[in-house]
Amino acid sequence: MSSSETRDNVPAGDRSESPLGTTATPVIGPGHTFASITDKISAIVLTRPTTRRWWIGFSIAFMLMMMLFFTISALLVVGVGLWGINVPVGWGFDIVNFVWWIGIGHAGTLISAILLLLRQKWRTSINRFAEAMTIFAVMCAGLFPIMHMGRPWFAYWLTPYPNTMGLWPQFRSPLVWDVFAVSTYALVSLLFWYIGLIPDFGTLRDRSTTRVGRVIYGVLSMGWRGSAMHWHRHEVASLLLAGIATPLVVSVHTIVSFDFAVGIVPGWHATIFPPYFVAGAVYAGFAMVLTLTIPVRAIYGLEDFITSRHLENMAKVMLVTGLVVAYGYMVEMFMAWYSGNLYEHYMIKNRFFGPYRLMYWALLTCNVVAPQFVWLKKVRSSPAALWCVAMFVNVGMWLERYVIVVVSLSRDFMPSSWGRYSGTIFDWSFYIGTIGLFLTLLYLFIRFMPMISIFEMHTLLPDAQVPETKESESTGEVSHD
Amino acid sequence: MIKSIVATNRPPIYGIVAEFLTPAELVSAAHAARHAGFRRMDAYTPFPIEELTHALGMRHTRLPWIVLAGGVIGFLGGYFLQYFASVVAYPLNIGGRPFHSWPAFIPVTFECTILGAALAAVLGMLGLNGLPMPYHPLFNLPRFAMATRNRFFLCIEATDPKFDREKTRQFLAAMNPREVSEVPH
Repeated sequence: MSSSETRDNVPAGDRSESPLGTTATPVIGPGHTFASITDKISAIVLTRPTTRRWWIGFSIAFMLMMMLFFTISALLVVGVGLWGINVPVGWGFDIVNFVWWIGIGHAGTLISAILLLLRQKWRTSINRFAEAMTIFAVMCAGLFPIMHMGRPWFAYWLTPYPNTMGLWPQFRSPLVWDVFAVSTYALVSLLFWYIGLIPDFGTLRDRSTTRVGRVIYGVLSMGWRGSAMHWHRHEVASLLLAGIATPLVVSVHTIVSFDFAVGIVPGWHATIFPPYFVAGAVYAGFAMVLTLTIPVRAIYGLEDFITSRHLENMAKVMLVTGLVVAYGYMVEMFMAWYSGNLYEHYMIKNRFFGPYRLMYWALLTCNVVAPQFVWLKKVRSSPAALWCVAMFVNVGMWLERYVIVVVSLSRDFMPSSWGRYSGTIFDWSFYIGTIGLFLTLLYLFIRFMPMISIFEMHTLLPDAQVPETKESESTGEVSHD
Repeated sequence: MIKSIVATNRPPIYGIVAEFLTPAELVSAAHAARHAGFRRMDAYTPFPIEELTHALGMRHTRLPWIVLAGGVIGFLGGYFLQYFASVVAYPLNIGGRPFHSWPAFIPVTFECTILGAALAAVLGMLGLNGLPMPYHPLFNLPRFAMATRNRFFLCIEATDPKFDREKTRQFLAAMNPREVSEVPH
């Protein structure tokens, strides 16, 4: 049918409206039409054969996920004694990994919600992918506190419901706030993602060549037909969701930081924690988006859609949030000195020279030194170099949470109650297993869903703009701004 | 018997649809159709086109009010849930501190507000759009599959008072569409 295409769209050329994009690099490669965008993105799902590379990657991820299930089974049989946690360090890998995964998710919401409100058009080709990343990361994150409960089959006790025990959650505890924040976050992210997918499922339904595909994508698309009024409501709903997801994402990591900041443990009890945690989350999240999109765009030949400008903009956001995080470290040190508090002072000394000093120095190298290379244009425009910096940040942010949790708990107030902590093999297999779960879901997502929003990519083409018409009806319609 | 009554009551076709190659052509056709007095019509496009809502004379959606209502319900529900749990059902006296400690209730209230508003936005959008709707007459048209790819459709429905099978067809054909077709039920 595409042979009947008579009029070509003008190449997207060098329209750069974004204030971030001072360079002329476009957000979409030249020569694309509505049809070519649809076909290229839907072909990844519908017609392109599943490559050997996909199978290899998926198999590795799947095996890691099986390791996760094995670890969880062992945990359910034996108990949390399998882990390295004990007095005084009762929050080990589980809380470290929980905060790490939640933080990774935040870039997805930032890209899909905040950049949508700021009308940053370059977000279009990466938002679907980043949102998927958010949902999978939150799923991984949620596993840790649930398994940490010891009796995870009672996890529903966290929800307020009338019960025969006559018990209610303690609503003055940040841990209960966290339950509400994370579950709301998971649900809202899922809804936002699904809302955006509905029109694209419609496209896949119409493009699918098999009956199974038509039925499955047809059900998922809910009968979407692209009606003008439907699009109008869809747009309004997306904008409103973006508007409410923006304060939500800030609140989630703020509340995660309250889990620490409300406690009196030295190194936790700090007012800098909420902004410092939110910046850290966005930092880690953008590093993870870079880590994932750089290989994916190379493997699937998506350089037209995820251009060097996208990578550069993400690198800039990573650099800025990295500087905020570095500022957070400085404030921690300053407050330890300025407060004159013996325990706070010792906490910093312990970080630099104590038993976990290697981790702290590695954290400073990964989180403060490594991103400084992004100042160089050469590094920003080289995907390989950016990928390396992003990997440093991924590791660094994990170490940051490890230092916050373990260093503070292992040596708090009384030297007689000090202790040491290290993760056991089950801690590691649980952590690496969730990476397997995350990658498995990501592989399935890339294979079965449009990883770039087709309809939003259409709007980037110059042909999508309708020139102003003279005859504008004025029968009391309200324009939506 | 019921079937025959329905069959006699409804018009033989759903409407007449014109297919355009560009959004600009569709918008000007929609303008012209509205100018000609057609009211029951809709456009189908692969991506949102802001001008269409003007051109088709559609009213602004009341979705924002539904979202507001969802948010208010979430806010009140979240707050009074905590009030009930902490003051009425399970009061814990810790150092004589007040049971109704409202500042500690803010985070959960906030999250519930967001949840209520988000659910209202999604369910409201689907509800107002009448989705899920597995069957629609337009899907009978094989070429309508292009509406989610690169074609732009304008459909004048048979229930429009000005609808006339021949005249409407000619009217749409004059708009320089790629194709004009009738949509069977």
